[in-house]
Amino acid sequence: MSSPDLPARHTPLHEVHQALGARLTDFAGWRMPLKYSSELAEHQAVRTSAGLFDLSHMGEIRVRGPQAGALLDHALVGKLSAISPGRAKYSLICDENGGILDDLVTYRLAEDEFLVIANASNVAVVLAALTERAAGFEATVTDETEQTALIAVQGPASSSIIEALLGTDDDRAALSGLRYYGCRPARVAGLDVLLARTGYTGEDGFELYVTADDAVKLWQALETGVQAAGGRPAGLACRDTLRLEAGMPLYGNELSIDTDPYAAGLGRVVQLGKDFVGQDALALAAQDQPARVLTGLTGEGRRAARAGNVVLNSAGTPVGVITSGALSPTLGRPIALAYVDREEAGEGTALHVDVRGTLLPFAVTPFPFYRRAR
Amino acid sequence: MSNPSDRLYTPEHEWVLLTPGSELPDEPVRVGLTTFALDALGDVVYVDLPEAGTHVTAGDACGEVESTKSVSDLYSPATGVVAEVNQAIIDDPALIAADPYGEGWLFTVRPESTAKLLTADEYEPLTA
Repeated sequence: MSSPDLPARHTPLHEVHQALGARLTDFAGWRMPLKYSSELAEHQAVRTSAGLFDLSHMGEIRVRGPQAGALLDHALVGKLSAISPGRAKYSLICDENGGILDDLVTYRLAEDEFLVIANASNVAVVLAALTERAAGFEATVTDETEQTALIAVQGPASSSIIEALLGTDDDRAALSGLRYYGCRPARVAGLDVLLARTGYTGEDGFELYVTADDAVKLWQALETGVQAAGGRPAGLACRDTLRLEAGMPLYGNELSIDTDPYAAGLGRVVQLGKDFVGQDALALAAQDQPARVLTGLTGEGRRAARAGNVVLNSAGTPVGVITSGALSPTLGRPIALAYVDREEAGEGTALHVDVRGTLLPFAVTPFPFYRRAR
Repeated sequence: MSNPSDRLYTPEHEWVLLTPGSELPDEPVRVGLTTFALDALGDVVYVDLPEAGTHVTAGDACGEVESTKSVSDLYSPATGVVAEVNQAIIDDPALIAADPYGEGWLFTVRPESTAKLLTADEYEPLTA
């Protein structure tokens, strides 16, 4: 976390945001756009056309060397050496006790080169852990957050927006073959980028990594395309409602050093059949059912449950705690994620949430709450 | 952003349609939220208002305004009985921000007394 006496860092797009009239907020030590106009309109734009996000606060850590894959296999819970160049994988980095230090996406750029994307609030922790765990491996760990801008285009129109900006026939031919969680170097608007078909909104979309020097040019080209498609720049406020509808966990809400991957419903990303930091603790955790599991809830009416609200069973006994909640802009009803006692977490179970003194009915619902049409 | 001078304000960013310097009227008066409050809240998605007939107390919380991210208490600018709630904004909370000093009013109250209220000029510095 940032220290309060340090001035907030600006992304390379700071002046662009100011010119767009963004409402800015401090987030993980960065001054970031919360929204440009209405967060509901921005949310809607991502669901129906496209939203343009500055995510330059995310951490980019490059891992390079003959044993880069082996290092990541040791450092993360997944087997990163098993993915092919041009592919990405969602994984977790845990401590010795199996607690989650961060959730991250790792791109394999070449046989001996990976790009690890850490949450803004966890860059220092991830960097320190990777550096420490690199001892004995023939691999280097470099923080490139400062030199790198990350811009995301998310929404059903994003593929056509990107296609119009691709510089070569090769790039255009490759775009349709670029699968979800695929990545490739490309020329977009005449600029060299790493083009990745990834995102955090539940929509088709792209994340473009570019040098900080080229960020403004890339943003402007993308913004023209996004606006022409009926989309708009979008801030962190709608990013949170979008990811919640898509049932994607947020570090600090659903994930923390005190949660293990099994309770968080992420046991599938843990590959116990290899040596990695946290393996012993997670092997033990895998033998027991977690007491509380991450659970989806939907309510009636329009009043949302919020993080920290207590979940009660039909007998009025506390059985869980909300980690994220909002009125879903797409569904028009309250949705929430909560850690709930396993025996109360069956689909359809009727529960209540204490929303500031009022008990509101919620029902256990599998997430994602929203799934895009394909 | 400028706030109309034909009404009074609470330090918590509600307005009440009381003429500055005049005696309390016999008729119910409208209560709403200022543009400053709405701008800080973000898009309002839900409002919880006192029902008609409820006795509210000046300076006390009498409801809630919920935006996509946060929840704020709503404070009554006056003591009295609530006469009417604005059904239009219950049905479509976006109307509050669309016309905060007009059709976006929240409820009416028949005022018996008020909290310490501010004129538009006195309120303005609180929105800086």
